[in-house]
Amino acid sequence: MAMYEEDVAVYDSRRPNEPTFAHSRPTTEPGWVKWTLILIGIAFMALVIVLPLVVVFIEAFRKGLETYLKSFSDRNAVAAIQLTLLVAVIAVPLNLVFGVAAAWAIAKYEFWGKAFLTTLIDLPFSISPVVSGMVYVLLFGAQGWFGQYLQDARIQIIFAVPGIVLATIFVTFPFIARELIPLMQDQGSQDEEAALSLGANGWQTFWRVTLPNIKWGLLYGVLLCNARAMGEFGAVSVVSGHIRGKTNTMPLHIEILYNEYNFAGAFAIASLLAMLALLTLIIKTVLEFRYGDELAGTRGH
Amino acid sequence: MVYLSLIVLIPLAALFIKSATLPFDQIVKIATAHRTLQALWVSFGSSLIAAIVNVVFGLIVAWVLVRYKFPGRRLMDAIVDLPFALPTAVAGIALSTIYAEKGWIGWFVGANGPLHLGWKIAYTPSGIVIALIFIGLPFVVRTVQPVLEGFEQELEEASATLGANRWQTITRVILPRLVPAILTGFALAFARAVGEYGSVIFIASNIPNKSEIAPLLIIIKLEEFDVAGAAVIATIMLVAAFLMLLVINLIQTWARRRYGDV
Repeated sequence: MAMYEEDVAVYDSRRPNEPTFAHSRPTTEPGWVKWTLILIGIAFMALVIVLPLVVVFIEAFRKGLETYLKSFSDRNAVAAIQLTLLVAVIAVPLNLVFGVAAAWAIAKYEFWGKAFLTTLIDLPFSISPVVSGMVYVLLFGAQGWFGQYLQDARIQIIFAVPGIVLATIFVTFPFIARELIPLMQDQGSQDEEAALSLGANGWQTFWRVTLPNIKWGLLYGVLLCNARAMGEFGAVSVVSGHIRGKTNTMPLHIEILYNEYNFAGAFAIASLLAMLALLTLIIKTVLEFRYGDELAGTRGH
Repeated sequence: MVYLSLIVLIPLAALFIKSATLPFDQIVKIATAHRTLQALWVSFGSSLIAAIVNVVFGLIVAWVLVRYKFPGRRLMDAIVDLPFALPTAVAGIALSTIYAEKGWIGWFVGANGPLHLGWKIAYTPSGIVIALIFIGLPFVVRTVQPVLEGFEQELEEASATLGANRWQTITRVILPRLVPAILTGFALAFARAVGEYGSVIFIASNIPNKSEIAPLLIIIKLEEFDVAGAAVIATIMLVAAFLMLLVINLIQTWARRRYGDV
């Protein structure tokens, strides 16, 4: 009897303030663990990723809007911005065409050496940008393979714009192909086969069927490629020769300004590139949100 | 295909041939020079530390993003990719400003900070590690995240029904399935960190034998017109990159054989 009452008492005392019998669904963690992990995650991200971004803008505007705007009227800064745009305008469309072609070949056909080709596409990702730039010095530099020939023809590639473009193409080559390959593999080739059997020719099939299928993935690939093309530093630094107002891209100009202790100027240019990066991410998030299923692999790089 | 070989293959072949034309003993001499070894040691050592840090925190970030709902989750998910999109030079000057003696964090942990810790981060080897953590983080998060998303909750339920507590379920059921993805993320972050140049040179003081990374040594050698020396170091790094790619592919093949998907 007594025991029974005790049980009831225990039971009653638990009842009102502990409705947590459903407390732990066995497949999740207790609340405090969850929130600790979330806090660690947020703190780490804030410290490692958000803080640098914030600092770029704070430093850029530290001396006021006027100094900020004045940084862009500098002749060398303008030249650097122009050159960066020029390089991107050449490199991105080239990689667009060949990225689509490579992704098409890899995703839709079986052929000998396919694995090798896939590795080749990935290679610029894992090679140091410095090494990427350097191979062009070896080819086209004064002591390089074609150096003598180029000198005779008075064509300058290294320490001039063509070298910068080549190095940029090399470094940004994988972005579009990498974005498209998983997407195209996912979609298979039934759509194309249907179009072909209905009498479309290859070109029509590509424009009317394949391209609309991959357009969002393609857009994102182009954006990433563009962001990287404008921001590439290591590879370009090796081949450019750092001639002010002539072969300096924006990232290289940032380095020069920073080393001259012109922090406001360096961060002003940096803020432009940071805005480009932010824009890329925003468009990516919007695309993922709206066309999530049409944008397959979000795998990194 | 032609384009690919023009852009990728020929330049790489040029590099190998350049270093192969050197007499063997000279290659060994360059490769084992004290300064070369130190630079490689700094590069690989700091990349290793940074990749380990990234695995730990990248795992937490990926876990939080996949498993929990909280305000700001979408935003957090979006900014994980920032290091991909932000030019390395921009990251470099921002990081060195933050961690310099007068920067926010540099001041906080420095001798004049509230805690009088006297730590120096920028312009020391630990600055290199900080920069490498920044650029490597998305690789770990973005490789672990999809695997975690595709994880069958039934396995966890089964484990719980069989009497495992949550900790046991996580360490014995979930983590083993994540190992291939974690290793791949680790290898990608490591490979990227070894070759990183832009963000590191700003925050490291670039003192030979101490905080000089291998890519910088290549550039210095090129500027001294020591093309052969640069080619040898570049070849070493290229072989390392090939090895990393190979390891990544092996991990993925192994994982596919073991788990069917992933």
